[in-house]
Amino acid sequence: MSRTAKKSDRLSQGPDWSFELIQQYDDEIGKIAKEFGLDTYPNQIEIISSEQMMDAYASVGMPLGYHHWSYGKQFLEVEQNYKRGRMGLAYEIVINSSPCIAYLMEENNMMMQALVIAHACYGHNSFFKGNYLFRTWTDATAIIDYLVFAKKYILECEEKYGIEEVELTLDSCHALMNFGVDRYKRPVPLSMTEEKARQDEREQILQQQVNDLWRTIPVFDRAEEEQQKERVFPSEPQENLLYFLEKNAPLLKPWQREIIRIVRKMAQYFYPQRQTQVMNEGWASFWHYTLMNELYNRGKVEEGFILEFLQSHTNVVSQPSFDSPYYSGINPYALGFAIYSDIKRICENPTSEDREWFPDIVGKPWLEVLDFAMRNFKDESFILQFLSPKVMRDFRFFGIENDVLDPFVEVKEIHDDSGFRGLRQRLAQQYNLSHREPNIQVQRVNLYGDRSLVLKHTMDGSRPLNDDTVEVVKHFKRLWGFDVRLESWDGDRLAQVYSSEAPVEI
Amino acid sequence: MSYIIDRRLNGKHKSSVNRQRFLRRYREHIRKAVEEAVNQRSIQDLDRGEQITIPKRDIHEPNFGHGSGGKGSIVHPGNKEFATGDRIPKPEGGGGQGAGQGNASNQGEGEDDFVFQISQEEFLDFVFEDLALPNLVRKDLKEIKEFSIKHAGIVSEGTPSKLNIVRSMRNAYARRMVMSSGSRKKLAEAEAEREALLKLADSPEEKAKIAWLDEQIELFRQKIERTPFLDTYDLRYNHHVKEPRPSSKAVMFCIMDVSGSMTQETKNVAKRFFILLYLFLNRNYEKIDVVFIRHHTSAKEVTEEEFFYSRETGGTIVSSALKLMEKIVKDRYSPDQWNIYAAQASDGDNWDDDSRICRQLMEEEIVDLVQYFTYIEITPREHQSLWHAYEQVQTNHPKNFAMRHIVDVGDIYPVFRDLFQRRQHESNR
Repeated sequence: MSRTAKKSDRLSQGPDWSFELIQQYDDEIGKIAKEFGLDTYPNQIEIISSEQMMDAYASVGMPLGYHHWSYGKQFLEVEQNYKRGRMGLAYEIVINSSPCIAYLMEENNMMMQALVIAHACYGHNSFFKGNYLFRTWTDATAIIDYLVFAKKYILECEEKYGIEEVELTLDSCHALMNFGVDRYKRPVPLSMTEEKARQDEREQILQQQVNDLWRTIPVFDRAEEEQQKERVFPSEPQENLLYFLEKNAPLLKPWQREIIRIVRKMAQYFYPQRQTQVMNEGWASFWHYTLMNELYNRGKVEEGFILEFLQSHTNVVSQPSFDSPYYSGINPYALGFAIYSDIKRICENPTSEDREWFPDIVGKPWLEVLDFAMRNFKDESFILQFLSPKVMRDFRFFGIENDVLDPFVEVKEIHDDSGFRGLRQRLAQQYNLSHREPNIQVQRVNLYGDRSLVLKHTMDGSRPLNDDTVEVVKHFKRLWGFDVRLESWDGDRLAQVYSSEAPVEI
Repeated sequence: MSYIIDRRLNGKHKSSVNRQRFLRRYREHIRKAVEEAVNQRSIQDLDRGEQITIPKRDIHEPNFGHGSGGKGSIVHPGNKEFATGDRIPKPEGGGGQGAGQGNASNQGEGEDDFVFQISQEEFLDFVFEDLALPNLVRKDLKEIKEFSIKHAGIVSEGTPSKLNIVRSMRNAYARRMVMSSGSRKKLAEAEAEREALLKLADSPEEKAKIAWLDEQIELFRQKIERTPFLDTYDLRYNHHVKEPRPSSKAVMFCIMDVSGSMTQETKNVAKRFFILLYLFLNRNYEKIDVVFIRHHTSAKEVTEEEFFYSRETGGTIVSSALKLMEKIVKDRYSPDQWNIYAAQASDGDNWDDDSRICRQLMEEEIVDLVQYFTYIEITPREHQSLWHAYEQVQTNHPKNFAMRHIVDVGDIYPVFRDLFQRRQHESNR
């Protein structure tokens, strides 16, 4: 492409945006994205003010949500920080829905709007549509409907049973939210009408089942009684705590089960996002970089525009080192961007090191490899598969281990030949959700006694649970209705017991 | 294809319900903060928002997670001098860098307290929460003298001064369209025919036809023109109605002793009390008059400035102020139309014989005039004759008269709350 294109090809370069201009940029960027083969949901670009952005923040980016005090708290926090200038607002929020909704802030200039369009409307959007986790666990066409349903349902509950009651139930559900996801089953997408129809049906059936489980009518048949005594419930440990409560808690009212279900659905919806931070942000950053540069290569924008863009881009993908005051962990934008860019480099200009490490992708068309990488992995496996020695060197990664009994921390690997594999493994583990979150499952229920329930925590690397544990166990108890014990097992050793009642000493 | 939507016009207070929920949940914290603020703030800024601080642990939403301890593992960027196998001593008094990766904080800044701002409106809501004005009556619905004019639509009859020009013209235009439509249609037809004829036009017959058409056209034109431009039944008038407005006026009497014994400090305490009362009344009534009466041996109605800041010396005769108040009520604030509240502040000094007169005045005249009379005595010393005289008034008229003792600034707000606590019989009304 010639950079000395005719002036008339240029898009307007003024700092101010207008609706026509956004439309023009979007057309251009969309055209280029299509040429690169990005497959997206239709876009819905919404211009909002900074206040509305704060609202969106508070409701975890969802365009509508049920009412709960914790969102109010979130809002106050954002507002306070923003007003004191301690924090800038994100440039964009994008929602995994079809059409894919992206928010643009009115305060931004045209360059930023173009950047956000490239980043959100084509980067994130194509990721939502392509990545297997999102394809499996979320249904972009149904989410807005479901939110409408959830909001309405909870509003009705508040009218019928009082704000207080509903709030208590929601509090408890939120405390267990991260433990309300299925990992191995595909949920059936539901639209609002289906959901509504099924919900009534469900209320009845569910209650029946629960009643059955807790039947207290004496059994006259001896043999049957013996048989029942031996019955272990649940027959296998259950890791989806909210699901277990929804289906089995004896005292919950039908509407409370429905609320648990709503929170569970929300958790499930966000589950893929929690597992693809690096991949998702990296993908979006890689594409905003590529698309914006292509705009420049085709003579659509001038040097000033692209320089301003590069400055913003550099800020987004910068990675402070561990000893910098600005360090707050690994920047997922930076790491993801680096990995995708490096995949492209390996395809096009491989070194001998790359030939050794990535024989499969050297010399392949980069667009195909990149597309494959985006579709079929989550952070953990993505890093394991594609993190190259070059990126580790560039980031100057080093892995350390820390044992609480040891007054020293030990450097296990650094970015050298002997360390690359271990380092990569260690970093991948860091993004493994089941490593980040404790492993807690419903172990057994005392069916024929006091109905108490035991949760089992299997320790990972002897790491104990945090100080919230007793509180959360109490929330669990509120939903379960009877005593709850949480046992922490370090291998075969019972390390700690948390109880919803008095503290337990071992 | 992308849709671009301007959402800026949509409401921006989407979170306000959630915010209210939050305030409701933490009302105890907020109430405490408000109470402290009322006691500590200078008088001038009582009427603004307040910063509320809630300890983070009270507001924390619990979650299962890993605590510190055990074996941690982490990868950091930016290695400079480390080599494999290096052992680095942990920093003093902390878990080291190992374990803390789980909660990369989106919760702000670690263990700090949660701080946020409530607006002036919300602040005052909390200040006066659960308080009610005793004996609050909407005075005088029968003798209404105040009206408000309200817009009540469009009517077809009215005075020229209320003519609604736009509506009238619109009607006229519509009527003209309808009335002339037949003629205009025929006119258009005739003109078209004439055009057509003109093109071939030669034979005498056709010329005659054209002449005839010309005549017709002229006729139609005249007919259209004769449609009246404006007709009486086009006219529309704005309609207004007078709505009686119940009087919700209140007058507040501030009575203060300014004799030599009252120090500036005592006056400040009194002033805070008056201001609280004023703010409170302001929330309940649309219009409030404030009358300042200060007294030593004689009473005088003064401006606010004089009331609080000029110094006088001399003895004290409280009854002078009560007499003046009664006179002002009689002259300007008929109890039929005004809700009358009075607050008296004093250090308790009075000329001995006068207390008896005060009680008499109070019981015979004033108590029946006012909605509520509050007396606060600001003194660290023993009560004197005035207090005892008023005590009897209180026993005889518990509904309209109340008195409290204040020692220092910290007592003001509790005493105020105590005085205006919503009473059982109030809430039943």
